[in-house]
Amino acid sequence: MYELLKNLGAWLTSGAQWAGSDGIAHRLAEHLQYSLLATLVATAIGLPLGLLIGHTGKGAFLAINLASFGRALPTVGLVVLVFLAGGLSMLPVYVALVALAVPAIVTNTYAGMTAVDPDVRDAARGQGMRGHQVLFQVELPLALPLIMTGLRLALIQVVATATIAAYVSFGGLGRYVFDGLAQRDLVQVLGGAVLVAAVAVALDLALSALQRFLFRHRTA
Amino acid sequence: MTIDWSWISGHTDDLTTLTLSHLQAALTAVLLGLIISLPLAVLAHRVRPLRGLLLGLSNVLFTIPSIAVFVLLLPVSGLTRTTTVIGLTIYTLVVLLRNTVEGLDSVPARTKEAAKAMGTRPLRTLLTVELPLALPVIMAGVRIATVMSISLVSVATYIGDGGLGQLFTDGFQRNFPTPVIVGVVLTLLLAVVADAALVALQYALTPWKRRRA
Repeated sequence: MYELLKNLGAWLTSGAQWAGSDGIAHRLAEHLQYSLLATLVATAIGLPLGLLIGHTGKGAFLAINLASFGRALPTVGLVVLVFLAGGLSMLPVYVALVALAVPAIVTNTYAGMTAVDPDVRDAARGQGMRGHQVLFQVELPLALPLIMTGLRLALIQVVATATIAAYVSFGGLGRYVFDGLAQRDLVQVLGGAVLVAAVAVALDLALSALQRFLFRHRTA
Repeated sequence: MTIDWSWISGHTDDLTTLTLSHLQAALTAVLLGLIISLPLAVLAHRVRPLRGLLLGLSNVLFTIPSIAVFVLLLPVSGLTRTTTVIGLTIYTLVVLLRNTVEGLDSVPARTKEAAKAMGTRPLRTLLTVELPLALPVIMAGVRIATVMSISLVSVATYIGDGGLGQLFTDGFQRNFPTPVIVGVVLTLLLAVVADAALVALQYALTPWKRRRA
């Protein structure tokens, strides 16, 4: 165990390991690119959908079931399927990552919207606010903490799952996991896993700091 | 991409076995996850300093790619169902723990004070006031964890388990889409049925929610 950790430390800190096209720096950049792009696309789809459903109260049943349908999609199966159908491209990976992230965003946005006190909503309407004013000035700010929870959850999941890009021969930190598996090189597998975890934790902390900054005027 | 229906009709027994084994792995993991996360969530809710630590720790566990978790568990539990279940349980923890803590947080302080003023002891307050009121949020977590586990079981195909996930490896290696499609469809069906069952359970467990509507 000690030996393994020592080798892992050496692997992570060796300058040669960080340089070049198969270096950690390059793989890290690829991994970030896959994850951030997928999460952005998923947010662009999931956030308006969740807000719309929460605001109108229509289509809740459909959306929540669609969301859990998306969450149930086995990522490996989806990637293999799109791969067999469409051939070698990054598309299968992005499709799978977006499909993974949208449900968490929709359900949490919707949950945040339903958690808004109906009295507050009524009061806003009673003051003569229009639908979009209620949505953007009352409901959205109140729902924001749960929305952020959804975004963080989605991002963590996407970062961890972006590993799969390497399964269909692309880059990212998953390269080390799958190459290590093929070469029976446990240090490399472990190194890849540690890096993915570190990226996810760092991004989660960043979002959490952003959340605290956004709500600095609010008392609990 | 066409579906070879004769392959499906010729493999119904295999498909049934794989589906049942898939479901068993997922449900075992969620149950274990609940047993572990409930006391931890109560602890995280009551003891503030532990809260960040426990939630942070479960977040870290969650970020390790599932394939790496299964591989790293190999020296401990080998190519067995145990490895699959431990791996899945780790993943259910973050959702269950976070939702249970948030559910407990969402119980109004006034309600808890009322229980205290009526002379209800802390444990009884937890069991008869806090947990029932937190139930919708907790059940939301259980539903997410269940559906997620059902989808994640397939990753264990890399270590020779994986229930329906074995169909993905099979299809990928033979460049034969039918098993992959069948695997995806059966996984989705399994998730939908399990989720519907949990919705029904929540409905049965929260009668007070019905009266208001």
